[in-house]
Amino acid sequence: MCGNEALAEAAIIAGCDAYFGYPITPQNEITAYMSRRMAEEGRVFVQSESELAAINMVFGASATGKRAMTSSSSPGISLMQEGISYLAGAELPAVVVNVMRGGPGLGNIAPSQADYFQATRGGGHGDYRTIVFGPSTVQEVADCMQLAFDLADQYRMTAVVLADGFLGQMMEPVVLEKKPGRKLPPKDWALTGAKARPQNIVRSLWLPEGSLEELNHKLQAKYDRVQADEVVCEQYDTEDADVVVVAYGVAARIARSAVNKARHEGIRAGLIRPITLWPFPTEQISMAADELRIFLTVEMSNGQMVEDVKLAVNGKAPVLFHGRPGGGVPTVEEILERIRQLSIPRRVRTA
Amino acid sequence: MKTVFARTPTLKDCPTHYCPGCGHGIAHRLIAEIIDEMGIRDRTIGIAPVGCAVLAYNYLDVDMIEVAHGRAPAVATGMKRTNPGKIIFSYQGDGDLAAIGTAEIIHAAHRGEQITVVFINNAVFGMTGGQMAPTTTLGQVTATTPKGRSAAREGYPLQIAELLAILPGAAYVERCALSGPARVRKTKGAIRHAFELQAEGAEGLSLVEVLSPCPTYWRMPPAKAMEWIESEMIKVFPLGRLKG
Repeated sequence: MCGNEALAEAAIIAGCDAYFGYPITPQNEITAYMSRRMAEEGRVFVQSESELAAINMVFGASATGKRAMTSSSSPGISLMQEGISYLAGAELPAVVVNVMRGGPGLGNIAPSQADYFQATRGGGHGDYRTIVFGPSTVQEVADCMQLAFDLADQYRMTAVVLADGFLGQMMEPVVLEKKPGRKLPPKDWALTGAKARPQNIVRSLWLPEGSLEELNHKLQAKYDRVQADEVVCEQYDTEDADVVVVAYGVAARIARSAVNKARHEGIRAGLIRPITLWPFPTEQISMAADELRIFLTVEMSNGQMVEDVKLAVNGKAPVLFHGRPGGGVPTVEEILERIRQLSIPRRVRTA
Repeated sequence: MKTVFARTPTLKDCPTHYCPGCGHGIAHRLIAEIIDEMGIRDRTIGIAPVGCAVLAYNYLDVDMIEVAHGRAPAVATGMKRTNPGKIIFSYQGDGDLAAIGTAEIIHAAHRGEQITVVFINNAVFGMTGGQMAPTTTLGQVTATTPKGRSAAREGYPLQIAELLAILPGAAYVERCALSGPARVRKTKGAIRHAFELQAEGAEGLSLVEVLSPCPTYWRMPPAKAMEWIESEMIKVFPLGRLKG
């Protein structure tokens, strides 16, 4: 199955009640797949007139307590930022899939990781966060979907699955199964008609002095809980590593091959692979930086996640960067060469 | 003592923030009365716009949501598609529906969404300080048309009801006004019909455009504003049933 279809089916298994979307490459397999499968399941599929409309349809369905999602690619996700900000303000759950392509502007349709800042900093206006997954295999893309719906419901937040053109299009074997979900709080805030209860209101406007500040403190406390409890991160051969590569998504697959080759050459290299990009594995990277090491962040951009790595390392170790922007993809050889260069000073030091 | 008139329960017992002579209070009451008369309060969800009526949920005692500027028909689509048994209505002004939200209303009508839209046309942006709306009449002075709206500079008033009525997905489109008791009664009948069509499961969107006074930004006393609807607005926005 290709990544796009796998994540669509995984969303259906996760209990997605409604899908709203607008065509854009390289994620069109999702809309096409959902148009067929959601109808078979007796659930809702609407092809919207724009990404603005799609995210607002998600907003409406979610406000009534339903599990709703949309998917798009970079330019379309930019259009959705207004809605994602409103979702944050109104504390509504939603799942948004971004199959990233090269930018800025219309860019191209090649795989990219250039939307990291947009996704991990909220993306729209105001002081808010979204939960962001950066899966690196088709299986992991599928596995993220149920967790994304569960976390979205648990914290009443938007969960973003940040894939890229490669992951969306590549074919890999995948096991799709319903896993036991989390125990979730009841949606007593949902708009279902005020039957035998007072009126429910879903809003993001807080005019009286201090009321919006109070809401923002409440949101921040929630984000702090997510940061404390929900980090997912893989550490690969990092224990004794002199050079630690930090990469996510498709870049992490390539980086892993480079790390393996480096090990064959006798270089002690390792990989830290954030699976949640927000909450970021700040603590894991900080602990790794307590040993004498060099960090190399590899991204399909001109350097975005590298800023989070630097914040986590906090001056304890050198943090270098290797990236390819605009739809460029780093090769194993490129990364290996950087690892070789970086491993020299350490070897000299230890000798 | 016999009660001959009382506040309808769905209209909350509180003062509104609307200016003296504003039409929103009348329109809110009509909606509240219709919801109570039809007995649909426990399955109705309302959508407030961005604009003067953003706080409509403070006055209408039904489940309500506040949404981004102009996006109410998309939000309503998401609600209705996932909850076909509920009654979904949006309440939108002319900035919300006729300016920033034209794509959403046209496509909701075009898809034939089974929702009810109450469109309040007062020919001006109220909340932001009386700027030109797409529905501002030619020659009308606003904060952004200090010499009066000119067709050459700002285009002609946008006739939403006519525009939507040609779409096969629009089941019912009518334009009414709040300028006088007879007009208000007629407006109530139209909004009620729009809600009834949805409750019966009629195919398509129902919209009632309501010409409504804004004395503050028309710079005239409330009684004069009512007269201005009759003498000026109706000429540009003829009343009547355009569809269904």
